[in-house]
Amino acid sequence: MTTIVPIGPFHPLLEEPELFRLHVDGETVVDIEVEIGWNHRGIEKICETKTFDQVPFVVERICGICSACHPTAYVQAVEDLADIEVPERALYIRSVITELERLHSHLLWLGLAGHFLGYNTVFMWAWKYREPVLDICEELTGNRNNYAMLKVGGVRRDLDESLFPSVLERMDDLDKHLNMLVGAVTDDPVLHARLKGVGILTPEAARAYGALGPTVRASGIPIDVRRDHPYAAYDLVDWDVISVDSCDVYGRAVVRLLECLESVKIIRRCLDQMRPGEIDSGVKEIPPGEGIGHAEAPRGETFHYVRSDGTNRPIRHKARAPTYMNLPTCRATTVGESITDATIILASVDPCYSCTERMGVYDASTGQKALDGKQLIKLSQEKTRQLREEMGE
Amino acid sequence: MTANFFIALLRFLIFPGLLFTAVVGLVMSWLDRKVTARVQWRVGPPFLQPFYDIVKLLGKEVIVPAGGSRMAFLGAPLVGLAGATLAATLIGTAAIYGGGGGFRGDIIILLYLLVLPSLAVILGGAASKNPLASVGASREMKLLMGYELPFILVMLVPIIQSGGMLSLGNLLSFQAQHGSFAASLSGVVALVAVLPCLQAKLALVPFDQAEAETEIMGGALIEYSGAPLAVFKLTKAMMLFTAPMFLVVVLWGGFGQTLGSALLGIGKYVALLVLVILLRNTNPRVKIKHAVRFFWGPVTALALIAVLLALVGV
Repeated sequence: MTTIVPIGPFHPLLEEPELFRLHVDGETVVDIEVEIGWNHRGIEKICETKTFDQVPFVVERICGICSACHPTAYVQAVEDLADIEVPERALYIRSVITELERLHSHLLWLGLAGHFLGYNTVFMWAWKYREPVLDICEELTGNRNNYAMLKVGGVRRDLDESLFPSVLERMDDLDKHLNMLVGAVTDDPVLHARLKGVGILTPEAARAYGALGPTVRASGIPIDVRRDHPYAAYDLVDWDVISVDSCDVYGRAVVRLLECLESVKIIRRCLDQMRPGEIDSGVKEIPPGEGIGHAEAPRGETFHYVRSDGTNRPIRHKARAPTYMNLPTCRATTVGESITDATIILASVDPCYSCTERMGVYDASTGQKALDGKQLIKLSQEKTRQLREEMGE
Repeated sequence: MTANFFIALLRFLIFPGLLFTAVVGLVMSWLDRKVTARVQWRVGPPFLQPFYDIVKLLGKEVIVPAGGSRMAFLGAPLVGLAGATLAATLIGTAAIYGGGGGFRGDIIILLYLLVLPSLAVILGGAASKNPLASVGASREMKLLMGYELPFILVMLVPIIQSGGMLSLGNLLSFQAQHGSFAASLSGVVALVAVLPCLQAKLALVPFDQAEAETEIMGGALIEYSGAPLAVFKLTKAMMLFTAPMFLVVVLWGGFGQTLGSALLGIGKYVALLVLVILLRNTNPRVKIKHAVRFFWGPVTALALIAVLLALVGV
């Protein structure tokens, strides 16, 4: 006999509303259902009402933690569409900001993972070490989050070179703390018992689900947009793609920790190699056309698509956050595990639910789904056809 | 007769029973929160915070889940509180009045009384008709079966060493004459074996599976609100005082009759408590199957070694 144990829509495990239905037999998960659609904000539609220059501020708010990656992917999509050359200094600045973001995002995850395991000391310590990173973000950009730095054709603000020595000093401190955390995770036998061999995502399953970011890199597949399709200054500095082949939650934690060390390395080199120069190419007009842009967010590849008809607003903007691809892997990883493990496995993809939100149509009287994906697509195609007929195409 | 009854009632309700243990227990839970906060680079709560929490909860609405068993749901916290209070009364009386305070066999009664708070959690969780609460209750049951075996084995050590004494008072006077059990090899091994059991009895990380906030949202206590929840919290705080106290009395020489020895006893209690707090802050929650395996494996083995050593007489 199976019981349904709900995780969500409001649960201490989740920072955002989301519903997982765990079908459990005793404490063993035999099936899992995910229900999204609790926090749909219609961001893509909002973007169509903003000018190209305003959209970065909107997409920044898709996710408070990936608030540099979404605008990066967006401006790259527009630059791809309009064939814009970005000055080198702006590229370095983009890299610095996105790496600072990766640092604080991974430290945030580490703390939360500790909290989910009941290890609140790790929670507090990781967040304490995260604080200097946020301070640096504030000093360099004016904000701890939502930096408002990205702009089509460059960056909005230059970095103040007089701050670099103190930033580099704090990077050294962070390096020390990070190494301490790596030691703490890899040496703790209780953590090994909790994390090793838990939530196995085989390389085949990872490929089949199209998993991204640290989730797939922990399954031994070294995919990274930063190296595979270099953007910003990632091909101008020297760094390594981290991947391990343990395929479990432990591997995902190790990948994130080691990536933090890589981020420190990248930031140091970018600050070192950066030369004074232009930061904006002064884009005036966006021609008609379409473009794509992607960036490696802390959770995986963020993808943006933009279409322009030559006016000052995009007529179509599409964003896909990495959790959209990573979330379904829970079917492969949680089934057969216990409730205890299921919680940390769900958390191990570092899910970001608001970014993943898609529309769903429900019947309010029964609470059941009224239309499925195929029906929705059919409806939208009919609507498009109807519009075309009205416009006389 | 009536005078004796009143004295017993006073001991149960005021000192060293309900009132005294509740106040000291809440102060100790403040200590727990404060030390935890300092370890985690936080400021921590003000001294009276645990009292505010209880008072505030007492004034909140009590909601009984529809379909649950009302009697069992509301009765369970009282069972736990009664158990913890009675245990505190017996231990405190024996600790203060020495040989005259206890009665023959009270150590066995105490072993039962100390289980009552855990049983109350199981009862309350099962009565609340919530799937997460039943998961919590079943975890508490497994944990209980896990740690009770080594806990009872350890309790054999003082009994064997004293030549079959079954009263707290007698065990205390025996220790006063011959030195505390913890001074012997078997006593040290017993104390080491009983520490994880203490942690589990207090339901603290790494053995808080029954509550596990981020997994099952408070587990057995998920449906509790208002006064019944306050009673559960109070019981937990009282156990923070009672359970380590029990170990100090049974294994570690008690509090003696002089001021110096009493202070030494309090020092021992605080040392145990701080050890518990540090353990809870340097470990993640383990899985319930690992916990049971741990208690039935290495901890039971260690407890058995202690019993064997006691039988040999070291």
